[in-house]
Amino acid sequence: MKSAEVAEEARVTVESDRDIVAARMRGRVMATELGFSSAVATLVATAISELARNILLYARRGEIVLASVERGDRRGLKVVARDDGPGIADVAQAMQDGFSTAGRLGLGLPGVRRLMDEFEVRSSPDVGTTVTVKKWNS
Amino acid sequence: MQVPILKQGPYLIATVQSALTDADMMQLRDALVAQVGQHRARGVIIDVTALDVMDSFAAGTLQDVAHMARLRGAETVIVGIQPDVAFAMVHMGLTLEGVATSLDLEAGLAHLDLSTGVSSHR
Repeated sequence: MKSAEVAEEARVTVESDRDIVAARMRGRVMATELGFSSAVATLVATAISELARNILLYARRGEIVLASVERGDRRGLKVVARDDGPGIADVAQAMQDGFSTAGRLGLGLPGVRRLMDEFEVRSSPDVGTTVTVKKWNS
Repeated sequence: MQVPILKQGPYLIATVQSALTDADMMQLRDALVAQVGQHRARGVIIDVTALDVMDSFAAGTLQDVAHMARLRGAETVIVGIQPDVAFAMVHMGLTLEGVATSLDLEAGLAHLDLSTGVSSHR
């Protein structure tokens, strides 16, 4: 990695609660390097924290991959949260406010969708869950 | 990283020094709820000025502290939520419902003096 350039990609393995903090801090650094305001970098860090916790809670182990992306003259940050856990039985239900099979606030996935500009979730019992979110620098 | 808890008059003051793991958050919750009894505290202030992110787990745990402390006879006030953190909480839909908040330590102490009817004799 050249020091003056934005890191193209960063991977954080998530298998303990310390990794949640590491992943969101790495995400904040990358968002800041991409020129995001500190307010928007905090949105991104919060979303990463939720995604990493979901991995730990539901799959025990997985990874967060952070990558800079471009569309036209806009730059953004892509966050992929991937695990090979049991998958989400009912994705539509998991996207409802207040729903949580882990018995917490249930703001996880719907909250992440509100924090980011783009949101996609793919899940199946065979391959696990991949949540892909993007934030664009306006 | 453990959060230091100081006793000031009838109140406990916990000052978050850095980003906290989920285990740290739960340790803080348990320590505060235990110390309310040990010190017969009437109020709890949690200063989150240095907290990098308030996600659903952090907010839920702080809510638990406030509710548990209230059951033990102490009022809780969260102080120092930074503008960026408040912005993210609003976007996400985290309201900290039922939990008192104040701008900073000074305002938090004034809030507790009013709500508990005791004076911290600063």
